[in-house]
Amino acid sequence: MELLNNLALGFSVALAGTNILYCFIGCLLGTLIGVLPGIGPVATIAMLLPATFVLPPVSALIMLSGIYYGAQYGGSTTAILVNLPGEVSSVVTCLDGYQMARQGHAGKALGVAALGSFFAGSVATLLIAAFAPPLAEMALKFGPADYFSLMVLGLIAAVVLAHGSLIKAIGMIVLGLLIGLIGTDVNSGVARYSFGLAELIDGVGIGPIAMGIFGFGEIIKNLEQGEEREIFTKTVTGLLPNWQDIKTCIWPVIRGTALGSFLGILPGGGPVLGSFSAYTLEKKLAKDPSRFGKGAIEGVASPESANNAAAQTSFIPLLTLGIPSNPVMALMIGAMIIHGIQPGPQIMTAKPELFWGMVASMWVGNFMLVVLNLPLIGMWVKLLTVPYRLLYPAILIFCCIGVYSISNAWMDVLLAALFGFIGYVFSKLDCEAAPLLLGFVLGPMMEENLRRALLLSRGDPMVFVQRPISLTLLILSVILIAIVLSPAIRSKREEAFVEE
Amino acid sequence: MPFKISNPRDFWAGVMFIVLGALFAGIAYTYKLGTAARMGPGFFPFWLGLLLICLGIGTLIGGLRTEGEKVEKFNWIPILWVLGSIVMFGLLFKITGMLIAGVLLVVGSSLGGDKFVLRDVLLLAVGLTIFCALVFVAGLKLPIPICPGFEFFEQFSMCRG
Repeated sequence: MELLNNLALGFSVALAGTNILYCFIGCLLGTLIGVLPGIGPVATIAMLLPATFVLPPVSALIMLSGIYYGAQYGGSTTAILVNLPGEVSSVVTCLDGYQMARQGHAGKALGVAALGSFFAGSVATLLIAAFAPPLAEMALKFGPADYFSLMVLGLIAAVVLAHGSLIKAIGMIVLGLLIGLIGTDVNSGVARYSFGLAELIDGVGIGPIAMGIFGFGEIIKNLEQGEEREIFTKTVTGLLPNWQDIKTCIWPVIRGTALGSFLGILPGGGPVLGSFSAYTLEKKLAKDPSRFGKGAIEGVASPESANNAAAQTSFIPLLTLGIPSNPVMALMIGAMIIHGIQPGPQIMTAKPELFWGMVASMWVGNFMLVVLNLPLIGMWVKLLTVPYRLLYPAILIFCCIGVYSISNAWMDVLLAALFGFIGYVFSKLDCEAAPLLLGFVLGPMMEENLRRALLLSRGDPMVFVQRPISLTLLILSVILIAIVLSPAIRSKREEAFVEE
Repeated sequence: MPFKISNPRDFWAGVMFIVLGALFAGIAYTYKLGTAARMGPGFFPFWLGLLLICLGIGTLIGGLRTEGEKVEKFNWIPILWVLGSIVMFGLLFKITGMLIAGVLLVVGSSLGGDKFVLRDVLLLAVGLTIFCALVFVAGLKLPIPICPGFEFFEQFSMCRG
């Protein structure tokens, strides 16, 4: 009953005149930018973040969530039509979606992706509404030691998400933690690693890092690869799947939703893991696995549902524990702090209208995406036919203005350029950047909780294993490492990420 | 050669971790480390830096033991044009305003692509910059200067925005 009351409160906020407008604008802008090849949700949100500054916090977060789903969906559109994944989570959509497009079923692929995502989004929204309150209540019992261990678990879990070498991924996390420590130490007032630059005293913002690595770095990579695109524009008709398609897809969509919702909640999880696992699962269950990769509709329906479900449920750790589980959530934390909201378990009780408004707006946003995308598909297709040489300067100028406006600092533009280069170097060395961004956000929080925990225990590190919550979390981390290192899982993991 | 770098990407990633770890740990050492119970500003970064060095050594050794692809050559043309234009934009737009800096950014970064058609690029540059001025400055009221910061331009109403 309480759930219904809460949802009612949420919908009254989300459906209020201006908020629904901002949700709509967010979805539209998110899709618009997300459709652009090579621009994923992280860069999209970082770019559009300043546009929300003039809004009150609730509207701003509603709009940002809208931007997120829009960007996610836009990425799938690009994946299906151009075979260019905007972000890692739509890599698997390329496999069958693009094949469907080549066979003239682009419309059906897009339609199934939209409807599957909507179903998944609706289920995941309900899950958030149901599970967030008890989790937040539990989180209130957390002490500094427990928080520290929770972050360790989150970061370890993030390693599972990175493809390739484990040790490199851990290295990237540690590097991220260190970059996060740049700036004034709150306890001693010492400006760490600021090299005497006044601009670095407040630390490096998340905007320049996200934009540099995920925006500028990507553009340089794309330019290097040259322009080889084949777009299927004429064949986008028949968006609505027929009865036969629905029958084929219903179970894959449900399975994808379940898997995605679960993986999204895990710290370090999120859309990437969700879509990859869902695809692998469908392929395992299929009567004829050889159809996959050749335009199997389940190969679009299931991962698309999974990534959308995971995109939603990854808000759970953010809203209840104040801990980001993936780079997008890291950026959301940044956005919340800019708007003067301290993420954590207290949000739900202190600002119920914000919390429930956001939850309700997730469903509204998903609904809008269906309504928006099915008729507007033609427009996105037109946008995709614009050659990249005209698109990337546009992306650049939006990024520059965006990154400057986050804190009105021209230094941030230069920092973003620097991180663009660093991101390029990372990609050359096969170092995944997502764990770095997570580490970056968690760095100061981890130090603070470690400091407090050890201060309370008078320097005794045993505090981390004496507290039951902390101990459980640390044991989970160890189990996770053991699982990932075990040879059987290891080969599976490589397989899941290499995938065709 | 006494040993062969069989997995250069891992090897160089290891080198990068070691260098950065040493840099962070070394600088942290100049701050007060403190004790575990009363941590100074250098404590956490110092140990993290050491951890990064260890991870770097592990990655480096892995790079000598496993087989892997070589590090692809850096393609300096897009890097320099694109990043150079961004840096220039960052330095210039406070002085020249967004209109001039924006046009330069678009033209400069376009030079990093494989095809450069002057007419298209100029049209794009002017169009985009005006679009941005309208949306971000006039519409969203972001505090970005549009015109050069000289008194002469103050007489135009759009420059007073």
